[in-house]
Amino acid sequence: MSDAPGGGAVTDNTITLNFGPQHPAAHGVLRMVLEMDGELITRVDPHIGLLHRGTEKLIEYKTYMQALPYFDRLDYVCPMNQEHAFSLAAEKLLGLEVPKRGQYIRVLFCEIGRILNHLLQVTTQALDVGALTPPLWGFEEREKLMIFYERASGARLHANYFRTGGVHQDCPPALLEDIYVWSGGFPQVLDDLETLLTENRIFKQRNVDIGKIDRADAEAWAMSGPMLRSTGVAWDLRRAQPYECYSDFEFQIPVGKNGDNYDRYLIRIEEMRQATNIMRQCIERMPDGPVMTEDNKIAPPKRGEMKRSMEAMIHQFKLFTEGYRVPEGEVYAAVEAPKGEFGVYLVSEGENKPYRCKIRAPSFAHLQAMDYMCKGYMLADVPSVLGSIDVVFGEIDR
Amino acid sequence: MALDLNALGNHVAQAIPGAVLEQKYDRGELTLTIAGERLTETIEFLRDDIECEFRVLLDICGVDWPKRAKRFDVIYHLLSLTKNRRIRVKVQTDEKTPLPSIVSLHASANWFERETFDMYGVVFSDHPDLRRILTDYGFDGYPLRKDFPLTGFVELRYDDELKRVMYQPVQLVQEFREFDFASPWEGLRGAAIGDEKATKA
Repeated sequence: MSDAPGGGAVTDNTITLNFGPQHPAAHGVLRMVLEMDGELITRVDPHIGLLHRGTEKLIEYKTYMQALPYFDRLDYVCPMNQEHAFSLAAEKLLGLEVPKRGQYIRVLFCEIGRILNHLLQVTTQALDVGALTPPLWGFEEREKLMIFYERASGARLHANYFRTGGVHQDCPPALLEDIYVWSGGFPQVLDDLETLLTENRIFKQRNVDIGKIDRADAEAWAMSGPMLRSTGVAWDLRRAQPYECYSDFEFQIPVGKNGDNYDRYLIRIEEMRQATNIMRQCIERMPDGPVMTEDNKIAPPKRGEMKRSMEAMIHQFKLFTEGYRVPEGEVYAAVEAPKGEFGVYLVSEGENKPYRCKIRAPSFAHLQAMDYMCKGYMLADVPSVLGSIDVVFGEIDR
Repeated sequence: MALDLNALGNHVAQAIPGAVLEQKYDRGELTLTIAGERLTETIEFLRDDIECEFRVLLDICGVDWPKRAKRFDVIYHLLSLTKNRRIRVKVQTDEKTPLPSIVSLHASANWFERETFDMYGVVFSDHPDLRRILTDYGFDGYPLRKDFPLTGFVELRYDDELKRVMYQPVQLVQEFREFDFASPWEGLRGAAIGDEKATKA
């Protein structure tokens, strides 16, 4: 007998199955209590929080500059997109303008993040339904992209590259050239990947008409990103509420028709092509100039300057001990992260630390719809749906 | 023609008289402070009214202000896909007063309210399944309250004799250090004779 609250009627046929928390298809540490009638799912109760680290609490005790690295560790599949949301929120509070070159570099790396994420999602979803080759091909490209991350920031994964007011360091010209060359060859890789999956009989059997949602329910469950777009809503924050310099670029927003797993797969593939396009436009039009605001109350002074100027020295010291103070107020800043709307709600009391920093993670909203999405499907569809909603526990558990 | 955000605030205040306690427009964002008992009604109006159409409830979160009598702000972020607008709804409550749950209006509120309950101990009445969500099974306390220490009260370790993981009171090798960065000079502004010359210059 299940005594879990909210459970459905328990009959003789009801089987309760514990899925995870150590399961390769759980994409991290997810425990799900599945109630089934034979092999039909009647209720899904995800238990989350196994990776809860208290990020929001920790941020309340850190200066704005120290808080930023926590964002790399939320959705560790595309770290810079998270950093972006936090930087935007802090800049909104400060009323700060980012120099054009800084904005372009940010967009460039956010789109790299999008490809990093979708490559992982598409290929591991294929793995969940039984294909082994796609992850091997996809991860090769991811590795190249991570090397670009490393060449820009010094770290493959936890970049800590975006800062309030811009990005930490300028990109060397050779790096931009290499990214450009890579982006030329990448569509071919996508074509190859598609030959493995798009018309693959098994892949389609496992994904077409599975995990179907419609527009009204997608709104009610606060879905965003590819999940919402798969129901036919052309909603993309990069277009609807342009932030940074996304209005400078031309790109298309793929939408689905059926709201099933397969549509979401197709959307993600197309989004990777569009992201490659944006990256190419970015590098072609990359303006010159500073990459970070030149206000030394926010951005640390140049190393060389610090050795000569007393004022720069003081700025450096104050910034790295006390940090900068952010005017009182509350803001919400959202970015179109690869998984959906990633938002940061910041409350400042005029101190050097945020009073409250709430992280709105897209996967959190998506995962709670598991019950709604899996009901009536078979047990074997659960990993397929879970793979398709694209969850990462770093950002769900925070 | 869509109303601008300020006009939208007035529109809401007129449509449900007495519910909107405060209306603030700051940095391009509209915040409505609502009386707790009028919450359901307001959220429903915001969802269904033709000028609002805030059908996506993006997030619910709490903020703790321990010095206030009603110490918690509970914040609802709403988004309208059709009008391309955001709004923030704020209600105040304390540890004891429950807020009405809005799960019946927005399915997504379920986990968001559970999280707010887990982190702050804000109770939502009529919630179908108000369990803890992020903290461990059997966790005690509300971690995001300002009076909850950053280090927590208990820590986890593996006991080699018992052959299991167990909780024990937190043992810190070094006292938790929090630095006060308030500059002594800022506190004195206007207090000392002659300061007015400094601000004039």
